[in-house]
Amino acid sequence: MTLRDAVTAETARADVALATPARGIGDRLRSAALTAYPFVVVGAMWEIVAHLGIFPPRLFPTLEEVAATFVRLTVMGILPHHALETLARLSAGFALAAVAGVVIGIAMGRSRRAEDIFLPLVSIIAPIPGIAYAPLFLLWFGLGNFATVLLVGFASSFAVIINTWTGVKAVKEIWVRSAQSMGADNRRLFRLVILPGALPYIFTGLRLGMAQAWRILVVVEMLAGVQWGLGWMIFGAREFLNTDVMLAGVAVIGIIGLVLEKHVFQRLEDYTVVRWGMMEQ
Amino acid sequence: MPHIEIRDVSLIYDTPSGSVPGVQGVSFSIEPSEFLCIVGPSGCGKSTLLNIIAGFLMPTGGEIRIGGKIITGHGMDRGVVFQDFAQLFPWRTALANVTFGLEMKGISKAEREKIALEQLRLVKLDKFVRSYPHHLSGGMQQRVAIARALAYNPSVLLMDEPFAALDALTRDEMQRLLADVWRETKKTVIYVTHNVAEAVYLADRVVVMTPHPGTVKTEIPIRLARPRDPLSVEFLEHQKELLRHLGGEAGKA
Ligand SMILES: Nc1ncnc2c1ncn2[C@@H]1O[C@H](COP(=O)(O)OP(=O)(O)O)[C@@H](O)[C@H]1O
Ligand SMILES: [Mg+2]
Repeated sequence: MTLRDAVTAETARADVALATPARGIGDRLRSAALTAYPFVVVGAMWEIVAHLGIFPPRLFPTLEEVAATFVRLTVMGILPHHALETLARLSAGFALAAVAGVVIGIAMGRSRRAEDIFLPLVSIIAPIPGIAYAPLFLLWFGLGNFATVLLVGFASSFAVIINTWTGVKAVKEIWVRSAQSMGADNRRLFRLVILPGALPYIFTGLRLGMAQAWRILVVVEMLAGVQWGLGWMIFGAREFLNTDVMLAGVAVIGIIGLVLEKHVFQRLEDYTVVRWGMMEQ
Repeated sequence: MPHIEIRDVSLIYDTPSGSVPGVQGVSFSIEPSEFLCIVGPSGCGKSTLLNIIAGFLMPTGGEIRIGGKIITGHGMDRGVVFQDFAQLFPWRTALANVTFGLEMKGISKAEREKIALEQLRLVKLDKFVRSYPHHLSGGMQQRVAIARALAYNPSVLLMDEPFAALDALTRDEMQRLLADVWRETKKTVIYVTHNVAEAVYLADRVVVMTPHPGTVKTEIPIRLARPRDPLSVEFLEHQKELLRHLGGEAGKA
């Protein structure tokens, strides 16, 4: 398993765990167990393999060692520094994707002309892995944060565009008619009906966009010649066979993803579309 | 002068498989504060006609005048209630749904909440002002929809089978409520239904339509005293007469 695979496998695994939220009232325990389950299984398997000594300990450290490294790097402030830099880029890139994606998606959903212009472009570009554009972006915009943020925003905007567009198309005609009969002009129709009506899909788009942003950011940090960042740290650690550092980095990525999911996306949804009965818990 | 005049209105739908007539040469008029029911078999063009009157569809022939003026689109002189419970905005509470039209009119928040509360009281939902639609039953949602359509004070209320999807008990209750609301507000109402008993219970006059492609078959005034007793002989007589005009198919519905 290459490092790249390890990173994607880790994030993919986190996605699976996150995609099955069991948030019934009263069974928080069950929910916690469900969340912990895949971590426990993978952790146990890892420990067994590590202690069997099939791989050299340097390449396959035990979880205790990884945890010790995690704590050491955190106390030294190295891990938080890397994490903050990555988070800053992630936020900037994702914000770019969210704003551009929602605007373009809504335009496509509401205007035939915008749909004719953007749909062919989106359908050609969206299936291409974002990382394929990395060399181009780095050539055009130079090494560093600017190109990284731009690429993250670009690559993760498509999920937002496509879902927003679908959501606008799915806005019930009867809502539009009701609003129009009550005197809503186009501007207010958009703000008071189309936008909230498309919200369940927009959230789905933002979630997928965030996952996309993560995947590409971690890889691009290695290529973009930035000094700090989890991606850079993970790839940099390979030079010195610091597998424990790599794994500590992977763990941080997983933790941040989990926190974003539980405390940002799920809360936003609970407060809006779930409360309004537009989406199941 | 009649409040609404419908003159020789036709609409032809353009579909990929050719043109389909929606309604054909419909003419009738409605007096101010009159409760008019349109009855006809499914697919005869009742919804099409109502959507034309609401201004959502442009007729391919004929014209509609409200207060003497030809209508060219939707307007705040008309309130619309559909059959589909989903017409309410799920992201707005019952109260906020009802204030929507007032908001569009630029009325202050305090004032529009006061008016909306009155409207919700009129449909007996003042206990549920803060509820979101998905927490309300179908009948309650339709009552919110009625309050919402009345709140910005249109002179005409257009209703397309608003109670058709409700169970029989709730429907009876809703019909009584609507009769009360109409008596208090004195709106001009055009009410589409395929339910003959409903039409006799509510209407001052019933317009009977022919099967597809629909046009007006006949008009029957209902001169029964209100509140009406659905078990009285006169009521049943009117019902029979309507059924006779509708012929076999709708009679069974
Ligand atoms: N959007 C549409 N496109 C094409 N044909 C339609 C459309 N809406 C209704 N029709 C046709 O017009 C006729 C009248 O429909 P409608 O007004 O919905 O009838 P009703 O409300 O009386 O059941 C039907 O034959 C129906 O198939
Ligand atoms: Mg209909």
